[in-house]
Amino acid sequence: MSETKTLATVWLDGCSGCHMSLLDMDERLIELSSQFSLVYSPLVDQKIFPDHVDVTLVEGAVASDDDLRKIRKIREHTRVLVSLGDCALTGNVSAMRNQCGPGPVLLRVYSDGQKAPSMGVPALLDRVQPVHEVVPVDVFVPGCPPSADTIYRVLAELLAGRVPTLEGVAHFG
Amino acid sequence: MSAEANIRTLTIDEVDVSARADQTILEAAREHNIEIPTLCHLEGLSEVGACRLCLVQVKGARRLLPACVTRVEEGMEVTTHSPRIDRYRTMVLELFFAERNHVCSVCVANGNCELQTLALRLGMTHVEMPYQYPQLPVDASHPRFTVDHNRCVLCTRCVRVCGEIEGANTWGVMGRGAQSLVITDLKEPWGESETCTSCGKCVQVCPTGALFEKSRAGMRAQKHPEFLPYLRIMREGEQQ
Amino acid sequence: MNAEELQQLAAEARDERPQFDYEVNVCMGTGCLSQHSDRVKNALEKEAEISGRKCHVRRTGCMGLCAAGPMVLVEPAETRYGHVHEGDAQEIVASLGGDPVARLDPQLRGYFEGQKHVVLENSGHIDPEKIEEYIARDGYEALVKAVTEMSPGQVIEQIMKSGLRGRGGGGYPTGLKWDTVAKVKGAQKYVICNGDEGDPGAFMDRSVLESDPQRVIEGMAIAAYAIGAAKGYIYVRAEYPLAVQRLTVALQQARRRGLLGSGICETTFNFDIDIRLGAGAFVCGEETALIASIEGKRGTPRPRPPYPAVSGLWGAPTLINNVETFANVAPILRHGGEWFSSMGTARSKGTKVFALTGKIQRTGLVEVPMGMTLRQIIFGIGGGVPDGRKFKAVQTGGPSGGCLPEEHLDLSISYDALISAGSMMGSGGMIVMDDTSCMVSVARFFMEFCMTESCGKCVPCRAGTVQMYELLTRITKGVATHRDLDRLTDLCEVVGATSLCGLGQTAPNPVLSTLRYFRHEYLAHIDEKRCPAGVCEIGTGHPADSAEVTVAGEVHV
Repeated sequence: MSETKTLATVWLDGCSGCHMSLLDMDERLIELSSQFSLVYSPLVDQKIFPDHVDVTLVEGAVASDDDLRKIRKIREHTRVLVSLGDCALTGNVSAMRNQCGPGPVLLRVYSDGQKAPSMGVPALLDRVQPVHEVVPVDVFVPGCPPSADTIYRVLAELLAGRVPTLEGVAHFG
Repeated sequence: MSAEANIRTLTIDEVDVSARADQTILEAAREHNIEIPTLCHLEGLSEVGACRLCLVQVKGARRLLPACVTRVEEGMEVTTHSPRIDRYRTMVLELFFAERNHVCSVCVANGNCELQTLALRLGMTHVEMPYQYPQLPVDASHPRFTVDHNRCVLCTRCVRVCGEIEGANTWGVMGRGAQSLVITDLKEPWGESETCTSCGKCVQVCPTGALFEKSRAGMRAQKHPEFLPYLRIMREGEQQ
Repeated sequence: MNAEELQQLAAEARDERPQFDYEVNVCMGTGCLSQHSDRVKNALEKEAEISGRKCHVRRTGCMGLCAAGPMVLVEPAETRYGHVHEGDAQEIVASLGGDPVARLDPQLRGYFEGQKHVVLENSGHIDPEKIEEYIARDGYEALVKAVTEMSPGQVIEQIMKSGLRGRGGGGYPTGLKWDTVAKVKGAQKYVICNGDEGDPGAFMDRSVLESDPQRVIEGMAIAAYAIGAAKGYIYVRAEYPLAVQRLTVALQQARRRGLLGSGICETTFNFDIDIRLGAGAFVCGEETALIASIEGKRGTPRPRPPYPAVSGLWGAPTLINNVETFANVAPILRHGGEWFSSMGTARSKGTKVFALTGKIQRTGLVEVPMGMTLRQIIFGIGGGVPDGRKFKAVQTGGPSGGCLPEEHLDLSISYDALISAGSMMGSGGMIVMDDTSCMVSVARFFMEFCMTESCGKCVPCRAGTVQMYELLTRITKGVATHRDLDRLTDLCEVVGATSLCGLGQTAPNPVLSTLRYFRHEYLAHIDEKRCPAGVCEIGTGHPADSAEVTVAGEVHV
C-alpha cells in the first residue's frame, strides 16, 4: 500500500453543489479516506493552505480579488489542479453577470437604499473567469454538479496515477 | 439509366460502402452507422453547410469537405475522424459555446440539447477561448413560445422549416457576422407576427434552448424533429 | 450594326479629331473629381473659347496618378500636368504648341515609364460617356469579329491560348471557365461581371468602369457569345455612383448602336445587360453570395460544388468574371491569344492593374506586365517611400492577402510567386508601409475588417474572427502571453481550414504572413511590452485605436 496522498478542496464562487456531490459519494468516501488525507477544505478546520498538496479540487469561478489571490496560491502549492464543475470550467451561473458587469448586480441586491459594503468583503472583479483563464489547470470535470460517480472516477484514476479521461462521460449542466 | 449505374462504391473510414449517386457522404455514412457530428443538418430540411462540424477528408481534395452537401463519387476515399479533424471539430464547438451565453445548468433544454450532447460526444470538457458574453434579447411576446437569442447557434433550422415545410416564412436572419440574429418578420415581436401560424415547428427543430415552449423545461421539453421527413414526403405527394 | 457600319463609325469618329489642333484631356474620375477637376475642365473650356484656338477639351477617366490630381493630359504633345487648378487654365491654353508650363509639370514621367497599358489603354484618352470615342480606338471590333467571323469555340480557344487568369483574386484560368460553362447544357445561361470591389485600398475596377465602361460591356458580350448566354448582369457597389452612372450611359449607347439587344451584328445573337447594385457587403464579392444577392436573397455564400458554372444564377449555368478580366477580352481577340501570352511569366500572362497606395510617393493606378518585381513597381514607378522613411512591408491581396517584407522586393509578380511567399495577387490592391507601421496593428486592422464583414453564416468565420481580433487587441495592448500567441496560431489554422467561403478561409492570412515575417514585432509586444513602431499605446490600458487610424489613413486615396 502506497502512502496516502494529500487532497484539498476549494470553494470559490459557486453554490457548493459540487461539494454536496462530493459528499454524495457516501460509503466510497470511507474507501477514499484510507488513501487520501483531506488537508484543506470547507469541510475541515484547516485555515491555511498547506505547502504541498497532491490533488486540489476547485469548485467555483474566479469572481473576486480574494478568489484570485487564493487560486494563485493554490496553484503554486498543488501538483494536480482539478477544475470541478461548470463554474470552475466555464464561469457558469457565476459568470452570468459578465453580460452587465458587477455594478448593476450590486445595485439590484442593495436596492433598498443601503450601500453595497466595501469593508471586510472581497471586491468583485469586473469579469468572472473560469479557473483555467487565471492559472493552468490539469484536469477538467464538467457537470453542474458533476455526479458523485464522476468525482469518484476522477479521484480513483488520480490515485492510480492516471490522468482521468471524461470524454463521453460527464457533460455540462 | 440502369440501377447499377446509379450506385457508387466508396470507402468511408476504410469501410467499403455503396450509395446512390444522389446521396451525400453524410447520408451514406449514417446508413452504415458511421457517425459524423452535425448541428445545422436536419433530415427533411435543405442543407446549408454552415456548422462545419461534418467536415471530412476526401482523398485528393485540397480542403476538408462538408459531408452534408458533398455527393458521393465512385472510388471516393473518405476519412471522418483523424486527430486533425477531431481537433478542428472541438475548436469549432468551442467557438459555438464562447460566442453566446450558453449556461447549460439553467437552460430549459438541459438534457435535450444537441450542442450539449455534441460537447459530450466530442469530448469537449472545457472552452479554451474566452466567452464573449454579448447582451442579447429574449422575446417572450408569443403566447406559447419564447426565443432566447442567448442560446441561438444560428443554424437556421427554424428559418428553413418555416419556409420549406410550413411555408409561412416568418423566420429570417438579420445583421451580419457576430451581430446576426434570427428574427420574426421584419424584427417585429413574435407575438405580433402576422405571418406566424403558431405551428411550433421551429421550436421542435431548434437544437438548443433558443426556441422553447413556455412552461416546459427539462424532460418535459423534449423535441420531436423526427416528424419532418414524413411531412416533407406528404407535401411533395400533394404537389404531384 | 455590322462590320462595315462599325468601320464607318470608327472612321467618322477619327475624322472629327483633325478639326482640332490640340486635345486637352481632363481626368474626371472619382479621385480627380474630389479635387474639383470639373472646375478645371470648365475653366479650360472657357479659356479655349476665349483664345479661339482649335482646342478640344475632353472629359476622360483616370490617368493613373491619383496622387497628382487633378490630372490634365495635352495631346498630341503628350504633356501631363498634375495638381492643376482653375487658375492654371489660361497658362495651359496659352502654352499649346509651345513649351509646356514648367511650373505644372511635377516630373511625372517616371510614373508612366515601364507601365504597359492593355486594360487601361483608353483610360485618360477617351470620353467614357461617348461610345464613338471607344469605337474610334478599335472598340467593338473584337465583338463584331467574334460574332460574324468566329465560332464560340474559336473565341474560347483564343482566350485559352492567351493564358488569361481571373483578375478578381483566385487566378482561375478564364478560358477553362468559359469552356466549362459553354459545355454545360442549359437553355438559359448568364454572364455576370463582378464589380463588387471591396478590398481596402483597391480601386482598379472602379477606375476601369469609370474610364472605359464599353470595354467591360464588350468583354461581357463576347463571353456571352462564347458560352451561349443572352442575359448579363453587372454587379457594382452602390458606393461607386460615378461608375454606375457611366455604366448606365454606356449601356444605353451600346443598345442604341445595336451592340447590345437582339440580333447583334445582324446575326441571331441576342444579349443584354442589367446593372445590379451591391449594398456594401464585402462578402458579396464572393461569387455564390453575389449570385444570391442578385436573386434578391440575403447575400451569403453557399458551399461549392456545385460551382456557378453548373448551377449559378437561378440555378442556371453562369459565367462570373471580374471587371478587369472582362476588360482584357477585347484586346485578346483583336490581337490574338499569342500576343497576350507573349507578355508576363510562364503561368501568369498579360498585365495586371494595381492600386498603389499607402506610404508611397506616387499613389495611383498602375498597369504593368506580369513578372515585374515589387521593387520596380514600388521604387521605380511609385517613387519609393516618402519623407526619407524606410520601407517595411507591402500588403497585397487585400484582407485575404499578406504583408511581404524587404527581402521579397525582388519577387517577380505572378499568381504563384505571391502565394508561395505567403500573400496573394487578390484583385490588385498594393499597400506600402514604412517603418512607422506596426505590423501587429496592421494584422489587427485587417482582422477587424474580416470580423465586421463576415456574413455570419458559418461559425469559424463569424466567431473565430472575433476571437482572433480580441487576441490581436491583447497583443497591441501589451497584455498578451505566449499562450495567447499559440491560441492565435491555432485559430488561424482552424478558421482557415474550416470556414465556408473564401472570406473566412483567407481571413487569417494577414496574421500568418506578419507572424512569418515580423514575428519579432509580436514578441516585442508580448515579452518587452513594447511596440517597435511606436504605434500601440502599451501600458495605458486603452485599446490601440490610434493604430487603426494610422492604417485606415494609409489605405485612403
